[in-house]
Amino acid sequence: MSILVDKNTRVVTQGITGATGQIHTRACKEYGTQMVAGVVPGKGGTTFEGIPIFDTVEQARKATGCNASVSYVPPAFAADGILEAVAAGVELVICITEGVPVIDMVKVRRYIRDSKSRLIGPNCPGIITPGECKIGIMPGYIHKPGEVGVVSRSGTLTYEAVYQLTQLGIGQSSCIGIGGDPIVGTSHIDSLRLFNEDPKTKAIVMIGEIGGTAEEEAAEYVKQNVKKPVVAFIAGQTAPKGRRMGHAGAIISGGRGTAADKIAALKAAGITVAMSPAEMGITMKNLLEKR
Amino acid sequence: MNIHEFQAKQVLRRFGAPVPVAHEASVTTPDEAAKAFTALGQPRAVMKVQIHAGGRGKAGGVKIVSSAEEARAFATKWLGNKIVTHQTGPDGRIVRHMYIEEASDVARELYLGLVVDRKAQSVAVIASTEGGMEIEEVAAKTPDRIMTEPIDPLLGVSAFLGRKIAFGLGLKDKQVGQFVVLLSALYKAFVETDASLIEINPLVVTKDGRVICLDAKMSFDDNGLFRHPEIRELRDPNEEDPAETEAAKFDLSYVHLDGNIGCMVNGAGLAMATMDIVKQYGAEPANFLDVGGGASTEKVAAAFRIILSDQRVKGVLINIFGGIMRCDVLAQGVVEAAKQVNLSVPLVVRMEGTNVVEGKKILAESGIKVIGAADLADAARKVTEAIGVRKAQ
Repeated sequence: MSILVDKNTRVVTQGITGATGQIHTRACKEYGTQMVAGVVPGKGGTTFEGIPIFDTVEQARKATGCNASVSYVPPAFAADGILEAVAAGVELVICITEGVPVIDMVKVRRYIRDSKSRLIGPNCPGIITPGECKIGIMPGYIHKPGEVGVVSRSGTLTYEAVYQLTQLGIGQSSCIGIGGDPIVGTSHIDSLRLFNEDPKTKAIVMIGEIGGTAEEEAAEYVKQNVKKPVVAFIAGQTAPKGRRMGHAGAIISGGRGTAADKIAALKAAGITVAMSPAEMGITMKNLLEKR
Repeated sequence: MNIHEFQAKQVLRRFGAPVPVAHEASVTTPDEAAKAFTALGQPRAVMKVQIHAGGRGKAGGVKIVSSAEEARAFATKWLGNKIVTHQTGPDGRIVRHMYIEEASDVARELYLGLVVDRKAQSVAVIASTEGGMEIEEVAAKTPDRIMTEPIDPLLGVSAFLGRKIAFGLGLKDKQVGQFVVLLSALYKAFVETDASLIEINPLVVTKDGRVICLDAKMSFDDNGLFRHPEIRELRDPNEEDPAETEAAKFDLSYVHLDGNIGCMVNGAGLAMATMDIVKQYGAEPANFLDVGGGASTEKVAAAFRIILSDQRVKGVLINIFGGIMRCDVLAQGVVEAAKQVNLSVPLVVRMEGTNVVEGKKILAESGIKVIGAADLADAARKVTEAIGVRKAQ
């Protein structure tokens, strides 16, 4: 078991002929993911390294039965790409693209609400179930199949956490990067719920960062619903107020969204907080050994 | 991206929001100020210092003037001089623009804001009867006086929603209709310019019963700027950190801080975490810098130059976890930049991920003095030790 993706997941790449789309479609295929189709408007009927390309997601779905999409479409067209995949009925839509205008995502979120699709991202590394299915841009080799679920707003910080876990011999059930933007398809809470319901996942690492109150809400959710051990880390303890730290969502405004607030809320919910980014793995190891 | 009040009012005017009659461009000399007063043709006018920070009134940067000579004198006082407000920090800002508009007779001061609400996952209206105060202060002291209403992106501002907020603000008669039109105009401006914030503080009711935007602040979503050349032109580099402006040219995400360890990292979360661990080892980060995913050699070299242009930097920590970013590209960029600038401070590099072996090889064969680090903690330890800071862990 795992969450959202496994060896049976069939993936279509939106923007398969772009530089990024090519590199990562190849890497995912090499990892063992079923990369069954690509979509590039106007290039239908051609192929990319044996993978058939279609003009529309709808055609790709009809022909290949793909049930997940991953998009590397440039920011100006990213929202439209998501809408196309949702309209075609693709169950899991993953948008890797960084720099999507927030206003576009407001409309996308509203539209998805009434659909059966789940969106991950945008501005995220994607999702991986180690040993079975990798969809996105994460380096595959750092992962190891196992029982710890990892959820994070940050891409490279997720790799850091996974790397530490693997170095300590702790494998992962699935790792999901939900994206660093103010408006994303899947939240911390959504991910926690999925990990909580997954019998294979025995413990969870949650990585947050300054800005918004998503981590506080997640803490409350854990307190009410999650019996599995949870380790958290919050990035941005040294970030100054009012400055956007790279991610569009990472800004402390009006005194809310500080790392201190989030850490306090997490601790109050019984979550073990790693204070240093170098200690995410060891904190989980210690917690697992205690039980 | 932030803009000046006079620019925000130009944008809002274009979308039909009521703002005071004004000399629409800013004035930049005392002569222009005198001429603008005369051209405005009002018995009294308000002159306001234009900087990207609040608290101008309390710092003496706002004045009602009744003659061209008075306008000239007030402009002479400020233009080219420094103003310090509670938001500028002790260094203050040099005043380069002033704005002149009709003086309004104010009966009531209200607050109106539009923001992207993460919780509602939409644009939300924030309104309060407590105008002229900082909304954070109102939220802390009298949260019951703040209304928050999400706007459905498929519907926009419905008339009933506008009325609901208007009545909540205690508006009556013709003011209610005026407010609904005003709110619709602000929402249209927000969506069509990819704004991230519109703040009208205060929104006022004049003694003759008009509802107008007396002050205006607008910020824009940097991700949306590509489709608004007219908004991009409003950027005022004088209000921004020169290193940050330089970084923006290379599409680097850089924030200047006060410490002495320059940091170059890929990914915003890892960049923040790297700053955090530098501090935990007893030093202070000099900057936040995310080189991004698909960084080229040129981009990495530019990032390296920008970090080293800060005289306070005593050591540099490069922390790369390659996903999209390839370690060999990073290493190539560092080598290139180190050739261009005279590297005189310790450089610690921690690399992991895509093409890490090739990256390490490039650095090792480059002849540059690089201190390698095995992991994140090792990197923080080595860079702080290299600049002579030690802290018991």
